[in-house]
Amino acid sequence: MNPITAKNVTVAYQRKPVLQSIDFEAPEGKLIGIIGPNGAGKSTLLKSILDLVPKASGEVNIYGKPYRKQRQKVGYVPQRGSVDWDFPTNALDVVLMGRYGQIGMFRRVKKKDRREAMSCLEKVGMDQYANRQISQLSGGQQQRVFLARALAQNAQVYFMDEPFVGVDAATERAIIQLLSELKDQGKTVLVVHHDLHTVRDYFDWTMLLNVRKIAFGPTTETFKKDLLQKTYGGKLTLLDQEEEQEVTPLA
Amino acid sequence: MLEILSNPNVQWVLFGTTALGIAGGVLGSFALLRRQSLISDAMSHAALPGICIAFLIVGEKMMGALLVGAGLTAYLGTYCIQAIAYYTRLKTDAAIGLVLSVFFGIGIVLLTFINNLPIGGQAGLNEFIFGQAAAMTSSDVRVISSVALVLVIITILLFKELKLLIFDREFARGIGLPTTVLNGLLMTMIVAAVVIGLQAVGVVLMVAMLIAPAITARYWTDRLDVMVILSGVFGAISGILGTVTSAPISGMPTGPIIIVAACIVFFVSLIVAPKKGLVVKAYRLQQLRKQTAREQILQSLYELVEEHYQASGSLTDFAREEIRALRPLSERRFRKTLNGLERSGKIDAKEEGYALTTSGRETAHNVTLNNRYMQMYAMHEARFANLQMEKRNWDFLSLPEEERERLHALLQEHQLEPRLMQGGRL
Repeated sequence: MNPITAKNVTVAYQRKPVLQSIDFEAPEGKLIGIIGPNGAGKSTLLKSILDLVPKASGEVNIYGKPYRKQRQKVGYVPQRGSVDWDFPTNALDVVLMGRYGQIGMFRRVKKKDRREAMSCLEKVGMDQYANRQISQLSGGQQQRVFLARALAQNAQVYFMDEPFVGVDAATERAIIQLLSELKDQGKTVLVVHHDLHTVRDYFDWTMLLNVRKIAFGPTTETFKKDLLQKTYGGKLTLLDQEEEQEVTPLA
Repeated sequence: MLEILSNPNVQWVLFGTTALGIAGGVLGSFALLRRQSLISDAMSHAALPGICIAFLIVGEKMMGALLVGAGLTAYLGTYCIQAIAYYTRLKTDAAIGLVLSVFFGIGIVLLTFINNLPIGGQAGLNEFIFGQAAAMTSSDVRVISSVALVLVIITILLFKELKLLIFDREFARGIGLPTTVLNGLLMTMIVAAVVIGLQAVGVVLMVAMLIAPAITARYWTDRLDVMVILSGVFGAISGILGTVTSAPISGMPTGPIIIVAACIVFFVSLIVAPKKGLVVKAYRLQQLRKQTAREQILQSLYELVEEHYQASGSLTDFAREEIRALRPLSERRFRKTLNGLERSGKIDAKEEGYALTTSGRETAHNVTLNNRYMQMYAMHEARFANLQMEKRNWDFLSLPEEERERLHALLQEHQLEPRLMQGGRL
């Protein structure tokens, strides 16, 4: 069964369509990039799958069932700018929030949850920062804490909104490393991405999106000049030299 | 003062102000972190018409009924703010200003109307404007403290959910928390914390009962659980201080004195709190300036000696003006730092000026080397991202040999290698 099946997903803000009739079926165990110009609806697609914005029409199933029945199977990394990093809490505590769904309402956080959260911090190389106030972390470190929180959800399908924005080279490598580990465990990761240079290196599958779905499939088939031109309009010049390069997947 | 405390009326008042101090402090932390300080001010002002309407309906000063009325219009006011901000082009601050003054205005009109009624004169609803803690009866206090207790219990039970709701609402929704319900609950709790303080502190000052303990607590901790507890404690302390100081003096308004007490606790924290307090900040800045001046003088002297040594192969001393010209410091700082360096045996005063001692040369060499590594690191940051220098407090000399080699090769490339003491000796 496919981890994500979307049928006819349409999102509109006051009648202006942001996403129009998006259909796709994501295969299991792949790293999937969603690319497209600004305002193409990339983040909105993630949010509509997660019911964070209302859909005007369409439905999304996670492993064959609606999202609200499959929350435990889904992990989410929002954009880093979406929270107040001055909030009085430390890195470990943020990661623990990923366990709240499994702990349940009214219940306390247990030692086991702490250990679990700690090992998630370790996986992103942030265990030494567990007790650091979150405002004292660099942008890249904050992003890694968010990733660790998603790992703590122990999900099957992950959604990440621009995880590479404003991070240092070390964090970018750490994230890629982590994504490929997730893939090896048979998990599916959907990443909103905007850096065209790295698409071929990072993602097995790619969706080209500009309000409508332009293409969706293995990166080798979709990351093509004509399709990209269709997605971005005539704005792209960098692709001409990109075309020459060989494809060498890192992840 | 102690005899005053044995008075049962004063005891009730004390109990009441403590309870509302705790509730105000606890819920105030949440309001503060949600950036709703001003909304809670509007809430308390919007409670006034509710109190008057409830009084007109019930016909007597029944605390429970008045609080329900207060809560309803406070809630309505909050709703209006959100609706105005959502449906119109007005921003939240304008909506708050509008709602606060309109509701308060209606409240004053109703209050004047009631005061002119035959039953109104003695009712003493005026106390709700600036508060009159001394007027609290034992039954009022029972109502106030039960509400406060319920608020604290809910906070304990739903602590982690409320925390996540405030920190990252979308994520909370993503993991399946009923965020709409929780949000409504938190709003109701803040409204409840506001209305129970109205009799003692009044609609005008109530916001301080929420915000002052919370901002005070924020100075002492970086953890939400500690902050909420401290905020409750500070609220309670303010309530107790205010009541105990005002009780023995007739005509002293308890509510405003509670607020003054809360503000004093805040100012003390602002100055003495560890890490964020002004004293600690000033001390740290002073230390940093001292250290920087020391390193700058050492490096200047080192560079002068280095240049001279390369040209002539000998060491010499340099006049203070020459040293100071490289990295200008204030006269006072310069003199003090030179004296300090001399006392610790890093430099020697000569007739013409100053020279580095042997140990001074070593220290100056390390300072210079570290700063030049820093220069290389900044030029080629992407290549050295793996070093995590921030964790090493920017001490490049503590790096493993091979990493230092990489930086050193760059130094040589840019011909910035410190020339004195190569291989550990001059």
